[in-house]
Amino acid sequence: MMATMPTAPSPGLARLMRSPAALFGLGMIGLMIVVAVLAPVLAPFDPNLQDIANRLARPSAQHWLGTDGFGRDQVSRLFYGVRPTLLLVILVAALMAPLGVAVGVVAGYCGGLVERALMRVTDIVMSFPRLLLAFAFVAILGPGLINGGLALALTSWPAYARQARVETVALRDHDYLAAAEMVGIRGWRLIVGHVLPLVLPSTIIRLALDLAGIILAAAGLGFLGLGVRPPTAEWGSMVADGTPVIFDEWWLTAAPGCAIFLASLAFNLLADGLRDVLDPRHD
Amino acid sequence: MTDVLLRVEALTVAAGAATLVGGISFTVGREKLAIVGESGSGKSLTARAIIGLLPPGVRRTGGRIALGDRILTTTGWQGVRGRRIGFVPQDPKYALNPAHRIGRQVEEALVLHSRLSAGERRERALDMLHRVGFPDPQRAYRAYPGEVSGGMGQRAMIAAMVIAGPDLLIADEPTSALDHALRDQILDLLGGLTDDTGMGLVLISHDLRQVARFADRVLVMQRGILVDRLDAGALAQAGHPYTRALWRAHPSAASYGTRLPEAIEETLQP
Amino acid sequence: MLNTASETSSTIRVASRWFGFSRWRGAGTAVVRWLGSVALTLFGLVLVTFAMTRLSPVDPVLQLVGDHASASTYAAARLELGLDRPLAVQFGRYLVRVGHGDLGQASSTGQPVAADIARTFSATLELATVAIVIGAASGLALGIIAAMRSGGIIDAAARIVSLVGYSIPIFWLGLLFLLLFYARLHWAPGPGRLDVLYQYTLRPVTGFALIDTALSGTAGAFRSAVAHLVLPALVLALYALAGITRLSRGAVLEQLGQEYVLTARAKGAGPWRVVFVHVLPNVTGPLLTIVALAYASLLEGAVLTETVFAWPGIGRYLTVALFAGDTAAILGATLTIGSAFILLNSLTDLAVARTGRGRDR
Repeated sequence: MMATMPTAPSPGLARLMRSPAALFGLGMIGLMIVVAVLAPVLAPFDPNLQDIANRLARPSAQHWLGTDGFGRDQVSRLFYGVRPTLLLVILVAALMAPLGVAVGVVAGYCGGLVERALMRVTDIVMSFPRLLLAFAFVAILGPGLINGGLALALTSWPAYARQARVETVALRDHDYLAAAEMVGIRGWRLIVGHVLPLVLPSTIIRLALDLAGIILAAAGLGFLGLGVRPPTAEWGSMVADGTPVIFDEWWLTAAPGCAIFLASLAFNLLADGLRDVLDPRHD
Repeated sequence: MTDVLLRVEALTVAAGAATLVGGISFTVGREKLAIVGESGSGKSLTARAIIGLLPPGVRRTGGRIALGDRILTTTGWQGVRGRRIGFVPQDPKYALNPAHRIGRQVEEALVLHSRLSAGERRERALDMLHRVGFPDPQRAYRAYPGEVSGGMGQRAMIAAMVIAGPDLLIADEPTSALDHALRDQILDLLGGLTDDTGMGLVLISHDLRQVARFADRVLVMQRGILVDRLDAGALAQAGHPYTRALWRAHPSAASYGTRLPEAIEETLQP
Repeated sequence: MLNTASETSSTIRVASRWFGFSRWRGAGTAVVRWLGSVALTLFGLVLVTFAMTRLSPVDPVLQLVGDHASASTYAAARLELGLDRPLAVQFGRYLVRVGHGDLGQASSTGQPVAADIARTFSATLELATVAIVIGAASGLALGIIAAMRSGGIIDAAARIVSLVGYSIPIFWLGLLFLLLFYARLHWAPGPGRLDVLYQYTLRPVTGFALIDTALSGTAGAFRSAVAHLVLPALVLALYALAGITRLSRGAVLEQLGQEYVLTARAKGAGPWRVVFVHVLPNVTGPLLTIVALAYASLLEGAVLTETVFAWPGIGRYLTVALFAGDTAAILGATLTIGSAFILLNSLTDLAVARTGRGRDR
């Protein structure tokens, strides 16, 4: 297990740079971050500025992608729509990966009954329908970015826990851990210091892969009206807003859907490239 | 040695720019021919090139292989593999399909290369299982590979490769995955089948003591070329320094896969 | 809609860990353990839904008695609902109720939730089943060929198809399909399950529109049922295909590197025989798991697709309940789909463990 782990990060990075798919994904994610930060500068209009006289305008030099049912500029809303997507991605990533790794490390380090109990809970949560529970959670607790992120994170951590436990157990059985404890170094610190670098590569791959799914799930929440509250621009709800007029003003639906697709694709491509670099055991 | 079954001329095998087998020539008749050498000497690749099953990334880049009057190219193996050439791999644990019963695996060459009915095939398979030493062929026929021992697995493997009556059988280290006690039994079985059927046998081995007892002739390979060829009986008095070094090296289970000691290696540059 | 790729391998691992016959000899023990783990998981699901009701900002008493009820009415209702009891007792009662199939009263339809679900679930099952048949057939074919021609054009195409399938929002794909094939090309009928003409005359016998229309003997009704099914089934099939293609390719490719494949080729078996006769029996377990997982996620994904195609299934029932703030209906539908999801995956685990019996080393 440990022998096959990547050696130095730098040649891996160089290999990542040679994977056009991963580079494209990385570039797209970078672009999303830039757009999110610079949205006020890039957007030609206020995304929430309603212009009822000019509603459902066709694409023109002024409004590249036309205006929606409230006369709001579609391009500006697309730009601002990156923000909730990225925020949710960050929120979920920051919650589920540490939670999972923590559960796994505790289980692996303590062993015995604690390990069995924790891993049983992990297995149970892993068997849950994640998307469905997220919908139900948000439907009952109320829509919003935080609830959505919380719901997705609370059902997505088990995979990380499994991985962290395996690595921790491998370390626990090592002689030098016993040696360290004999000279008075707390095993905990050693575990944390050694397990984290070990689980990092696989965690990053999984994270990239999971985040692609998280983006789709978040868009689904938005589409069902369970995402951020209106009038905040969000891609999933923009698709929903365009649906009633899809047969005439199809671009109102097509553009935000395309944005969701590209964002999810970016994370999937990055995950693929990362897997080739960090995990040579995989096909 | 009167009729030549297989004629290999200037065979080269390469992986990318690296030449792994550098133009070797030999013939095989109705005899037991052993090809010996260290790991990485190219002996296994030579065997795999003859049956056209080189590992991914490795290609036959030149030379001529003729089986009787048929020239074996890198394509067009119809009726050759399994029918005229058999191939016994190293480890029956991995080489037998875990999902098929042994009887089915023994019969397969007949399914592919004969028009026998299911009942006739079954009869031939049971007979073959008996010949390779299964005391209860009926039971072996129904067993899955996971239910038999390594030695019996290799017997089943040999049965599967000999059942279609090939002219030539290639055995690639057929005993190295087995316990010492079983090795002679498997070799005796191979030798007996060779003598009975009149086929040729190419044995790939790293164990010169074993070869000396078993084979008729020996080819010694080092770094992709043939460095020595001699009668098996002459191994103990071999003139070539590399052959002598191999003879002295006493390979054992512990040293399998390792190279000769550096000191010997350096004095032996061909 | 979350990535199934990452889950499958671990599901397989769990299956082999829980049901590994090297550890649990005898089928009886394995089945008992299996029942235990399924029961525990379902219990967990009920616990989670119960926790949601407790966390909900909506006061169930107010929902029942209305905003203008007197304090005494409120207190009586609260007592009636058992909300004064300790949480554990409340949960126990909830568990017993759910166990008896009592999912409460749906405020949005005025019917018992269980009755609503019984009515709508067949539509979901019909759609998901047709979709998984199409998706599994094409996905397995594509995945297997991609593995056989690894590095070739078909492999590249398979990779692109699965990447796109993984990345595309399924509700959006459904909308695009409606726009193109219904509004523009007029190849397919619009949303819904049947033409209005047949919708109210059809006698529901099995609940499956394809079977009921066929039984009715009206060719037009059957044609209408098929036509309405095509678009949503294709969208779902495409989604299932992404995961199935990628995972089946990986499973077959791994086997093609095994020594027994070399043996088969040495016997003279051609590439097709190698894959279909030698490799496939060794990957039935993983492939079964892959397809079952995709099937389960189609049930789960019904929430989105049924909304787009106005498909009168349990997913749409859930979304309607969601807009109406109908907690009982939301929880009932979640429990039902969730249980189906868990049972399907668990049954697959059991089946996979059984197929490996007898020949495992």
